Amino acid sequence: MNRLSQLALSDEGFVFDPQTGDSFQVSETGIAVLRALKEGRSDEDIAQQLVAHFDVALEEARRDCTDFRSQLKNFGLA
Amino acid sequence: MSKRPYEKPVINKLRSGLMNKFGWSPAYARKVRTAIDGVSVDELCGQFGSPLFVYSERTARRTYRQMFNAFSTRYPNVVFGWSYKTNYLQAICALMHQEGAIAEVVSAMEYDKARLLGMPGEKIIFNGPHKPMAALEKAVSEGAVINVDNLDEIVDLETVAKKLNRTVHVGMRLNLDAGIYPQWSRFGFNLESGQALDAAKRIARGGRLKLNGLHCHIGTFIMDPQAYAREITKMVKFGYELREAFGFDMEFYDIGGGFPSKSRLKGVYLPPEVAIPGIDEFAEAITHAFSEALKPGDFPKLIIESGRALIDESGYLITSIVAAKRLADGTRAYVADGGVNLLFTAFWYKFNVELDREVGGINETSVIYGPLCMNIDAIDEGIQLPPLKRGTRLIFSPVGAYNNTQWLQFIEYRPNVVLVTEKGEVEIIREAEDITDITRRERLPKHLELKNGK
Repeated sequence: MNRLSQLALSDEGFVFDPQTGDSFQVSETGIAVLRALKEGRSDEDIAQQLVAHFDVALEEARRDCTDFRSQLKNFGLA
Repeated sequence: MSKRPYEKPVINKLRSGLMNKFGWSPAYARKVRTAIDGVSVDELCGQFGSPLFVYSERTARRTYRQMFNAFSTRYPNVVFGWSYKTNYLQAICALMHQEGAIAEVVSAMEYDKARLLGMPGEKIIFNGPHKPMAALEKAVSEGAVINVDNLDEIVDLETVAKKLNRTVHVGMRLNLDAGIYPQWSRFGFNLESGQALDAAKRIARGGRLKLNGLHCHIGTFIMDPQAYAREITKMVKFGYELREAFGFDMEFYDIGGGFPSKSRLKGVYLPPEVAIPGIDEFAEAITHAFSEALKPGDFPKLIIESGRALIDESGYLITSIVAAKRLADGTRAYVADGGVNLLFTAFWYKFNVELDREVGGINETSVIYGPLCMNIDAIDEGIQLPPLKRGTRLIFSPVGAYNNTQWLQFIEYRPNVVLVTEKGEVEIIREAEDITDITRRERLPKHLELKNGK
């Protein structure tokens, strides 16, 4: 079961994990990345999406996607 | 279509029941510093590199005047001795001497430094537990104020007095119980046990030295003004005992230093603005106790050997983030280009940390590491920071005390040190090191010279 697909996300950056009852606070870009991950998109895809909408270079976006994944792993969400 | 401003993606777990009562350090509480005394951080680093020590001449002079006025408006005979060990960069010492401080040195090297800078011997106080014979002889012949630390030094000074065929005036360093824990007892002679009186007897019996002052330094970062009041009261009482017993007149009472700066000690809950008494409170306690203890008509010199309280707040260290990483437990960590090699005081201070720009995003508990390949090289291990990208600069303060004397030359070059003058000009006061500074004193035996890497 994909843990990410279970998460409830609000537009304001509030995330609820029904399995554990834990709540999380996510930044605006974090929501965008989380939604894309829930849709099963690749890191490269997500980085391109960030570049398309935000003022960021592709290299930095790629790096930050990798870092965000490690944050999710740390919380047991991926 | 214009793109939205970028904040790095961050996810933080919300923990109920474990709330920090000061909150999450919201955006409005983040500290940003774009300039030091009107000179932009960008410009400073662009010209002098990163990391970079920056001193504010304006702050240094203002702090000196505030502190000197606090004492001199309460007692008519006050002398400040600039504590070289706190910061013996020539420019900083010269600035303090221009303001009126004499030099307070604690080793032969510091004595040479003061002389090299142009301070005459009679404007140097020579303290410290190790005064080599040659340095003692030089200091005596140049008229320095010497505070005796131990019995062996008394013997050495008598030897010098005999050689120069003159009576030598000396001060005696005391250690005493001023209600400070731990009580410093390794320097000078203990008062309460009678050790100091025995030393005075020994001096009187020798006939070559004359005691004309008392010195004491009760500790460092003393936050209780009344400790100094207890110190000076005991010193003056002892001074009159010496006059009574041996006819020694005390021309000066030197109460040392140890006054705190507005730094935040690790483990201290309240911010320094609240926890640390103002300098006026110290001045009031000291001069009040001094005046009460002195007999009418006596106005000996009150010598204060401050260092930290005079210079700490004038110093900044600009560093740059060279890498961001995540530790195994998920904690955000940054590697800065300056660490404990430059900020020795990081071992006991929690610095004020400012960013060189506004950074959006959710704060995370972060660790700031320096560039050393050692685990202890952490400047801050629990700071709330928004996600920072490479190149962001962190400005640490106050760092003016003890860092430019105790910094390490370990695997990194020591960087430029600049002074922003009162006119807003920037002067290099110590050049960044290069490989020649590391190897200049080394000698490679002929048989160890390498040829083609062998």
